[in-house]
Amino acid sequence: MNFLQSLKMAVTSIFSNKGRSFLTMLGVIIGVAAVIAATGFAMGSTASITDSIESLGSNKLSVTIIDRNSNRDIDYEDFKAFTDENPDLISKMAPTVNGTSTVKYQTTVSEGVNVIGTSPDYADINDMHVQDGRYILELDMEYRQKIAVIGTAVANELFGRTNPIGETIKLDGTPFTIVGVLEQKDGGQDGGEDDVIIIPVTTAQRVYRSATIRTFTVLVSESEKVAETQSLIEDFLFETYLSEDAYRVFNSAQILDTLEDITGTMALILGGIAVISLLVGGIGIMNIMLVSVTERTREIGIRKAIGARRSSILSQFIIEALVITGLGGLIGIAIGVGAIFLIISNFVPPVVDPIWMVMSFGFSLLIGLLFGIFPAYKAANLNPIEALRYE
Amino acid sequence: MTGLVEINDLKKTYVMGSNVVRALDGVSLDIRRGEYISIVGPSGSGKSTLMNMIGCLDVPDSGNYLLDGVDVSDMNDRDLAEIRSEKIGFVFQGFNLLPRLTALENVELPLIYRGYSHKKRRELALEALDRVGLGERVHHKPTELSGGQMQRVAVARALAGNPPVLLADEPTGNLDTNTGKEILAMLERIHEQGNTIILITHDNSLADQAKRKIEIRDGRIIHDEEVRK
Repeated sequence: MNFLQSLKMAVTSIFSNKGRSFLTMLGVIIGVAAVIAATGFAMGSTASITDSIESLGSNKLSVTIIDRNSNRDIDYEDFKAFTDENPDLISKMAPTVNGTSTVKYQTTVSEGVNVIGTSPDYADINDMHVQDGRYILELDMEYRQKIAVIGTAVANELFGRTNPIGETIKLDGTPFTIVGVLEQKDGGQDGGEDDVIIIPVTTAQRVYRSATIRTFTVLVSESEKVAETQSLIEDFLFETYLSEDAYRVFNSAQILDTLEDITGTMALILGGIAVISLLVGGIGIMNIMLVSVTERTREIGIRKAIGARRSSILSQFIIEALVITGLGGLIGIAIGVGAIFLIISNFVPPVVDPIWMVMSFGFSLLIGLLFGIFPAYKAANLNPIEALRYE
Repeated sequence: MTGLVEINDLKKTYVMGSNVVRALDGVSLDIRRGEYISIVGPSGSGKSTLMNMIGCLDVPDSGNYLLDGVDVSDMNDRDLAEIRSEKIGFVFQGFNLLPRLTALENVELPLIYRGYSHKKRRELALEALDRVGLGERVHHKPTELSGGQMQRVAVARALAGNPPVLLADEPTGNLDTNTGKEILAMLERIHEQGNTIILITHDNSLADQAKRKIEIRDGRIIHDEEVRK
């Protein structure tokens, strides 16, 4: 008896009991659909995070100050002096102090605007350009000038068609003079990259009463010098804080590495869950197959009496298990992919990895084989005389 | 006529709890090609065991059994299955058709296990169904057929591969008298066409339909004679 015949018999028997076959498959369907959807979600979120990290650029270092002891501080001037001592390594440096303010122009009020206190280099590091007026200058830093550069979203909301340059706005009551308007970056929507006000960091420290600058971004002159620069910065910070726990210096490669670690762990956990759910599905299949072997004892007896060999019966039942799990796997993949495009795509970009499809399909078949063998073996070993007598 | 079934001093014992049942206690029997023979005996006489031996479903404890010249008395499972497929056609009391398959598919089943091609199977199966007078209802499922029709399908299944031995175990047991007569008449016809038929029954009058009657009791053959009509 050839494979095609066994396959045909298996399909006939599966379709002759559609309800039960479907319920048997359900374990595999849910398991596979969960794997596909979960990996799709994981890969989608990784892709979007990786994207935003990569947009930082590869020769950027990000310095975070953790220490909260205000006796020891690194100010913009300190870091600036350090930067100026190493012009061959560090090409740009920008501190950041973030705040959220209520902005008022005459009678127009805009709440919750993102205010960034920073330095002239910030524009270059983040690829920002002024479309009108000027950017922050070193002089503004020194004199803690109350000047502001605004994004297009802010300009549109507060000024409409009026030219904002030279106008005065109030940030939480403090008057600032607008000296420049930025070029549009992401379509000028509310809460986006264009909904921003940039002021000198020295001024921001005063307005927001945050004495300590917690974040510095450093642009290294060449990407080969990133490691060297990183250790130099770490040395410089250690001199001030005398503790390695007081600060962190990251480069984007490190962040990507960490992210890859997280993704790897996530994949392992998902894989584990998948294996467990498919094993549970497999046990269900074994259970049903054992029932079905008992129910079909007489059929097996008839088949044996008219010339079926052990191997024919064995392959018939194993192929039946394989068809159930294979079909379940395919339905599961279809549901999983559907979930990625219909539901998950609302949160992260939809990613479908064929490797996961192939793997979960293969694993479904493996489960079918694994849990089909025992019932099939039981069927094949039935004594034909007793099987024929079975009522 | 050559020897088809040559059985010599066949013994088979079953242990049931503390009882030892001598199902076959030294049975010797020769059946020639083309014979129509009945094996008759009450239940527990050993006729079912003898049928299982002849049908290669079971092997004896001792003794020899040559089927069509091949010694099958101590064959393994695999070889017995092969012999059944090639040499034996079974007709059972309870028809034993597979309910999910059509009449035609049921008749084709033994030919599948012989490894015949689809075309050859279909040809032989249709021919066999024609021989039992069921040329028209080939695509019906067993549940759509009457008892007599089901038994005809079962006979067709046994005949399809043209095996040398046709073993019929109480073929009329589940049928009413008239239908039973029809089936017997059909077996008679098949015998006249040259097939060897072994009819197993507990019913003496039924056994008299064959040309030769063998009576078995307590695992031994007590009569072996031509039936006079």
